[in-house]
Amino acid sequence: MEDLLVLETIEKYLDNQMDAQEKDAFELVRKNTPEIDQMVVEHAMFLGQINKYSAIKSIKQTLVHTHQTLLERGDISNSATVSGGAKIVQLFNKYKKVASIAASVGGVIALFISGLALYLSPVSHSSQIQQLSNDIAAIKKSQQYQGKLINEVKSKLPVGVKFISGGSGFLIDAKGFIITNAHVIKGSGAIVIDNTGKEYVAQIALIDQEKDLAILKIDDADYTSKKSLPYSIRKSTTDLGEEIFTLGYPRNEIVYGTGYLSARSGYEGDSLSYQLQMSANPGNSGAPVFDNAGEVVGVLSTREAQLEGVVFALKSNNIYKVVNDYNASNEGSKDIKIATRSSLSSMSRKKQIATLESFVFYVKSFDK
Amino acid sequence: MKATSNEQALLKGLANNDSAVIELLYKENFSTIQTFILANNGSYDDAKDVFQEAMIALYEKAQTQSFVLTCQIKTYVYSVCRRLWLKRLQQKGRFSHPIDNLEDSISVDEDLEAHAKHDAAYAIMDTALKSLGEPCKSLLEGYYLQKMDMQALAAEFGYTNADNAKNQKYKCLMRLKKLFFAQYNIGA
Repeated sequence: MEDLLVLETIEKYLDNQMDAQEKDAFELVRKNTPEIDQMVVEHAMFLGQINKYSAIKSIKQTLVHTHQTLLERGDISNSATVSGGAKIVQLFNKYKKVASIAASVGGVIALFISGLALYLSPVSHSSQIQQLSNDIAAIKKSQQYQGKLINEVKSKLPVGVKFISGGSGFLIDAKGFIITNAHVIKGSGAIVIDNTGKEYVAQIALIDQEKDLAILKIDDADYTSKKSLPYSIRKSTTDLGEEIFTLGYPRNEIVYGTGYLSARSGYEGDSLSYQLQMSANPGNSGAPVFDNAGEVVGVLSTREAQLEGVVFALKSNNIYKVVNDYNASNEGSKDIKIATRSSLSSMSRKKQIATLESFVFYVKSFDK
Repeated sequence: MKATSNEQALLKGLANNDSAVIELLYKENFSTIQTFILANNGSYDDAKDVFQEAMIALYEKAQTQSFVLTCQIKTYVYSVCRRLWLKRLQQKGRFSHPIDNLEDSISVDEDLEAHAKHDAAYAIMDTALKSLGEPCKSLLEGYYLQKMDMQALAAEFGYTNADNAKNQKYKCLMRLKKLFFAQYNIGA
């Protein structure tokens, strides 16, 4: 009951409905009682939020209403085809005859030229950026290769499943948590393969399509937890020109690549990513990007199709965000803890790679 | 390119929720956006959604005191829509074509970040109000959104007098605050 009274007084004060005497008295109370002062501030902010909500709500209504009105009046159209069609039809009718002759001549020439072009030109890519996960065709090849392996060791794969996508991933917690791109995990399950060819079954712990990141948890009796990770994950952003290197699985074997950070944002100014200058291939998706000191600065994800060597990597601070999401949703003992120290900084590159190799995995996603 | 005085007047009208101005802006800009979205893997409904969201972002910008628009409205709206649509395409994973680049566009990332924050706060308030239940929801909407006075509200909801209605309103308000801040603090 008392709370209600306080709230009423505060609202009256904020609405400027107090007379001078009342106001002075209340301001004195405010000054002397921090709790009341806090409540006033909080309530003012809350009223601000309500007002904003109310304003946006009415704008939304106006917009919906306007759309309807303009549609009824014919000022805008609800067609699902690109407008301007009518004009083209008119033109077509006018020049039908000429056009048909021209078209037939043109058609022959076009056929000839396109045949020539098809013959001469290299395969073109339809999209400007490519996700670096393996597609089904590529997987097929690796499945053949995998077939050999399966004969040697019994595979961890459930019987009768189909590979859908693949890429790379790396440990972020020695307990067996692996991070990779969300677009690498297109199926309902995954297995991971380490640099010696050992397979482990992994559960999909979290997928964040927006950040294009996924967390896998190795769930396999054969997996022995590593002691600790030799690398940490950078929280802050990285400088332009910083030299970087990566380890990933564009083929069935781990591959090393190097380059430098060329822009602070990704494709079309995407602020979640960096632009890198290096070569990367399908299968590199989800691979770690390290700086010289062996600290993770990003996760390789896409490349520009028409420009050789233009690659995009998600900034490493996004890893912290998805890890926090995971820890928040998964209360209890098995929180992910990210290492805070890198022990690689004074090593030579060869030594760094030898240490890192066993922490980077080949990820394959399958569907039942 | 600075916004002309005529455009400034339009923005002022938008900030005041002037329906004639909104109609004009809508009429002049919608079909450009529609063409753009349709040409880039979108539907008519996508165009409507994206365009209306851009109008809200422009409205929010027009509300701020430090507000200056450094380009024409049509360039701004186009840039915002372009960015929003690109994001959505990427999320849906059906990024096929880069978007044709005939119009000039400007960087709107900062504005869109601010807009995303507003949007989140809006969604929290909306959920909080909806989970409040009746009659609390309508009572609070009547007072804070439609600005009805206590007397009228008491009559409408059948309270015997304005004081009782007021009492009820404060009880509801406390619940709403609790619901709102439970979510809002996490987001902030």
